[in-house]
Amino acid sequence: MSPTVRRTLKALLALVLAGGLAAATHAATYKFADQGDATSMDPHSLNESLQLSLLGNIYEPLVGRGKKLELVPLLATSWKQTEPTVWRFNLRRNVKFHDGTPFTVDDVIFSYERSKVDGSDMKTKIATVKEMRKIDDYTVDFVTNDPFPILPDTLNTWFIMSKAWCEKNNATAPVDVRKGKENAATLRANGTGPFMLKSREPGVRTVFVQNPAYWEKVESNVTEAIFTPIKNDATRVAALISGDIDMMEPVPLQDIEKLKAAPALNVLQGPELRTIFLGMDQSRDELLFSNVKGKNPFKDRRVRQAFYQAIDIEAIKSRIMRGAATPTNLMIAPGIRGFDPALNKRLPHDTAAAKKLMVDAGYPDGFEVGMNCPNDRYVNDAAICQAIAAMLAQIGVKVNLMAETKVTYFPKILSRNTSFYMLGWTPDSYDAQNAIFALLMTPAANGQGLFNLGSYSNKRVDELGKAIASELDQTKRNAMIAELFKIHGDEFGTLPLHQQALAWAAKKSIQLVQLADNTNQLKWTIVK
Amino acid sequence: MLAFIIRRILQSFAVMAVVAFIAFALFNFTGDPVTFMVGQDATQEERARLRSDLGLDLPFYVQFGRFVGRAIQGDFGLSLRQGRKVSTLLKERLPATLELAFVAAVLALVLGVPAGVYTALRRDSWLSQLLLAISLIGVSLPTFLIGILLILVFAVVLGWLPSFGRGDTVALGWWTTGFLTKSGLKALILPAITLSLFQMTLIMRLVRAEMLEVLRTDYIKFARARGLTDRTVHFGHALKNTLVPVITITGLQLGAIIAFAIITETVFQWPGMGLLFIQAVSFADVPVMAAYLCFIALVFVLINLIVDLLYYAVDPRLRIERLAAAQ
Repeated sequence: MSPTVRRTLKALLALVLAGGLAAATHAATYKFADQGDATSMDPHSLNESLQLSLLGNIYEPLVGRGKKLELVPLLATSWKQTEPTVWRFNLRRNVKFHDGTPFTVDDVIFSYERSKVDGSDMKTKIATVKEMRKIDDYTVDFVTNDPFPILPDTLNTWFIMSKAWCEKNNATAPVDVRKGKENAATLRANGTGPFMLKSREPGVRTVFVQNPAYWEKVESNVTEAIFTPIKNDATRVAALISGDIDMMEPVPLQDIEKLKAAPALNVLQGPELRTIFLGMDQSRDELLFSNVKGKNPFKDRRVRQAFYQAIDIEAIKSRIMRGAATPTNLMIAPGIRGFDPALNKRLPHDTAAAKKLMVDAGYPDGFEVGMNCPNDRYVNDAAICQAIAAMLAQIGVKVNLMAETKVTYFPKILSRNTSFYMLGWTPDSYDAQNAIFALLMTPAANGQGLFNLGSYSNKRVDELGKAIASELDQTKRNAMIAELFKIHGDEFGTLPLHQQALAWAAKKSIQLVQLADNTNQLKWTIVK
Repeated sequence: MLAFIIRRILQSFAVMAVVAFIAFALFNFTGDPVTFMVGQDATQEERARLRSDLGLDLPFYVQFGRFVGRAIQGDFGLSLRQGRKVSTLLKERLPATLELAFVAAVLALVLGVPAGVYTALRRDSWLSQLLLAISLIGVSLPTFLIGILLILVFAVVLGWLPSFGRGDTVALGWWTTGFLTKSGLKALILPAITLSLFQMTLIMRLVRAEMLEVLRTDYIKFARARGLTDRTVHFGHALKNTLVPVITITGLQLGAIIAFAIITETVFQWPGMGLLFIQAVSFADVPVMAAYLCFIALVFVLINLIVDLLYYAVDPRLRIERLAAAQ
């Protein structure tokens, strides 16, 4: 057969196949909106969920997540631990970047080096990796400092860039604002993913087109996807109702019922992986913001328990969250590895018992305490804090609430300039260890306890936390996680509140897969 | 005349320096951008190093000095949020804001002046009463509410106009325009009305009040006594003499339209400089905020200068006084 004939036959075959598929799906344009925008198209520049969710359509990790958040092979086809400190990844063959260059082990090692430099926010993702060894063109070894059993779980937002493209475009490092030089990777992108970046106008519009040369058949019939950030809640809702966009998130809580009632619209709700909780300063000998002098009431477990039992979490759920929350007793959400439903039972809300605990602790008349709270970070954050202040008033605690914008809130609480604060946390690795390390262990220089802003400290928790990080046996590991949460729960080291619900809204003709980590993958989006 | 202009320009620089200084003093209270420049897993050490590398731990007057030093060379630095040149960002967003402000200002003038004249001349007609009633709504309702109401009626209920954005644009060099596409023009209508409504009512009420004032003066009576037509009296004598205060206010309001397009731009997700500024504030993106505030100060200063020069054109007395003083 001559090459021309072969090509014609191929084209014919493709046509027939396409015709067959067209019966099920048709090429479609899909418009979606969010309240914010990615700050850059550079996958190593910022470790933030919306940015990584958008870029996850263009770039791919070695190991990704499926529709149930299970691990799925993407750029790696298989992986195994060859030694306690070595993970071997076999890479997928015949994968091409959007510019046509083939994907090889060199790109993985390049991305590793690129993630380590100043300006990269992915340093922590690969912090445990000491070096990468090229075995052959399609095999790479990750050598870790300590045994790290959950390494593959932590890689799903660590994206691989093309070495050749970055070198050609002078983008071998993410933009470093300190050096004052712009970078091609901020506005352009060249990944291996199912979608390619067609155009990018920051804050205005980002257009994706489907990658015809993707290594796998894509489920989605979306040929072009247009993303627009719409900051104003009312405008975003109006844009969906008027049909200017096909999908948007988040839905403001007060509009959920209205949108559910609209005949052409669907609201998708599900629990998010983020846990909202309150923390208390348990290290200073005297609280910074309180009328109790010479001692710190939060050092007394009974006071912390009294606070816990004074909070009516069901009232917060029904009145403030309008049902869109899952009360929790654990610092991690269902869906995070290590979550144990048996431990997730809250002590009852009991004002009388709380009052008694306060009397036992020597505060029959309560005390005054300052509370810090953001007002634009979590769903109805300030309203929750106000409600809690009112509930604590019933046990004699006068809360001086300071609710402010996240821009001023986080610098304040990160410098531990607080007595009583609110925080939300999603473990990046979908594993309890990340939350334990950041929130529960005693603060230390290596980043341990970085967000343990009340400096809760328990030796056994620290020991268990360390052991959990390198334990290879899953059963033993789960037992240790359970023990740790039991200790922390019995001590009321923090006051867990709830997991807020995700709320997306879309036209009924749009079929979406909502993941609990709030990523929205175009490859699973179908326009009917 | 030349001396006057030079003096004004020197004053302008002083004004801008003061604005920038005050802005920098305020930035101390806007928060710490480093919190948002790195993700949740970055260590305290990394954060501290980034902060000191960026000079954010320095006292504000040192930061201000550095800013002025660079700004004089035309360098506003990189946006902390986007990692792109601030000058590029402003340049990208400038056309959207200026086109919106221009259309809003034209609307305000084209509708506001005639309405003002009409309500002054036909004080008791029902149309005057109606216009005055509407203008009361225009002054008293906040901009964002008007915007949302317009979206509700024209985008959600009637479905005639888009609810957000700028539509398709055409690039003319670095300038992007929405004037040349159908969707661009359609997208312009609601935000332009929202932005112009307040100015329109202001101009209308101002013209009306001035007209009523002027119509009572002696020279109008004399003009009528000379047997001139109503038309000549109203437009040749009366309207012309109301224009000085109208020009002042309109000029200043044009600055206000550009500066306070922020709210309209937020409601309509209009990709102009106001939206850029709001995003910068919620990130404590100091270079963008500083450059924007300086730009707005520059706009006000320039408009003031132009307004002063226009007085010469409109009011012959000023020219004569100057000449007399010079001799």
